[in-house]
Amino acid sequence: MEENNVITEVHEGQAEYLESVHKYGRIWGLALFVIIGIFPLVVGLIFDATPVWGPLFKGILGVLPLYWAVGIIEIFTYVPMLGAGASYLSFVTGNISNLKLPCALDSMAKANVKPTSEEGELISTISIAVSSITTTFIIILGVIMINFLTPVLNNPVLTPCFSQLLPALFGGLAVVFVSKNVKLAIPPIVLMMILFIFVPALNAGTVGIMVPVGVLFTLGLARILYKKGLI
Amino acid sequence: MEFSVNHPILFVLVGIIIAAVIGQSAFFMIRAFRRAKKINMDPAVLKKTVLSSIVFTIAPAIAILVGVITLSKSLGIAIPWLRLSIIGSLTYESTAAGTAVAALGEGRSLGATITDASEFVTVLWVMSCGIIIGLILIPLITKKIQSGMIKIERKDKKWSEILNTAMFLGMISAFLGFVFCDVSLIFQGDTSGLVPVCVMFTSAVIMAVLGIISKKTQARWVTDYALPISLVLGMASAIPFTNWLG
Repeated sequence: MEENNVITEVHEGQAEYLESVHKYGRIWGLALFVIIGIFPLVVGLIFDATPVWGPLFKGILGVLPLYWAVGIIEIFTYVPMLGAGASYLSFVTGNISNLKLPCALDSMAKANVKPTSEEGELISTISIAVSSITTTFIIILGVIMINFLTPVLNNPVLTPCFSQLLPALFGGLAVVFVSKNVKLAIPPIVLMMILFIFVPALNAGTVGIMVPVGVLFTLGLARILYKKGLI
Repeated sequence: MEFSVNHPILFVLVGIIIAAVIGQSAFFMIRAFRRAKKINMDPAVLKKTVLSSIVFTIAPAIAILVGVITLSKSLGIAIPWLRLSIIGSLTYESTAAGTAVAALGEGRSLGATITDASEFVTVLWVMSCGIIIGLILIPLITKKIQSGMIKIERKDKKWSEILNTAMFLGMISAFLGFVFCDVSLIFQGDTSGLVPVCVMFTSAVIMAVLGIISKKTQARWVTDYALPISLVLGMASAIPFTNWLG
């Protein structure tokens, strides 16, 4: 519990609030881990079905090494940007890099707050909670209207829109954040462009692995520029 | 019980899990609002956060819904609905489901509906195991990571701010680099790899133009909704770019 001691209270009750966020975050997180974790088991029991072991191990070997590595990297990269409450929510509701994180960062930028401040913690939590609830309701609506929506959303004219979500999202975000930090932003962007163009193994499946490379490179650059008084 | 990928019991189970996940979001949101009121945060800022988060979420959520429809061909509706409402991501769930179905036998793909309960349960286990690490680790290490960030801030506030910005720029650089991953196809005469690049630049230009308009006119709403507008128009620009470049 020594972590509590690091909080310098700007508002009365700040440390207690943050401590309660961690407490409830752990309770909810572990409860949801159990519910989500036993779901395949419950489905198996209901339909009296056991997994096909060979394909199960083959499938797990196919996804687990890469996505566990990406998952661990995401935790260390995204938690500092999101703050506590938002992290507990984001890692349950998913779609972090393509929706939740940009949404929270946009909200914090508009409110002019940092995730390490209490205001930032609150704005980030509210933003992620609202985004999660909105996403869930849109998907529920979509599931209810799936027969009507399928021909519309699968229309060949519209499909390119949905496959270009990430470029459209990060194009806009880049203008906001790169324009404020040109010296720090350009070198990692150029490095990543070169790597993604010339290393064939880098694609949509491996972009998660490249996030820490970009982060570590930018952190190193930031430290040098900061020490030299250039930023 | 006779198995079907769209058996009503699956919808009931998925509904329970999704209700619990919404419950968690609502619980944290209400507590955050109460705390914000207690420390006298401006209600207008909170209202703006809620509205802009809703507007921002709509387009990506529809893209996620497309993922549900794609996966529903093979897994029915209930499972994609669950998987894309919790934990994973659009890219992960499609990849994991594709890998799991392919492991079931030669020539198997996401195009055909699974009719065997054991195969269905196998796919469920693969999709769950592949992404469960976040749920295991977040309750264990979030506090430590956040405390570390607060310690850094207490030691050197300016460096802490730069550190945060650098982390985000590092992340954004990886995704901007990813936009260029198929550009080299142009050397084989295939220009389709330029579509994401054009979409990214379109979105960036729209964002920049909206920023200028907002500065010149002092219209706050333009700033508030600039990102969702650039996102939607950027995505829409993919239609002509795809027609043009392939």
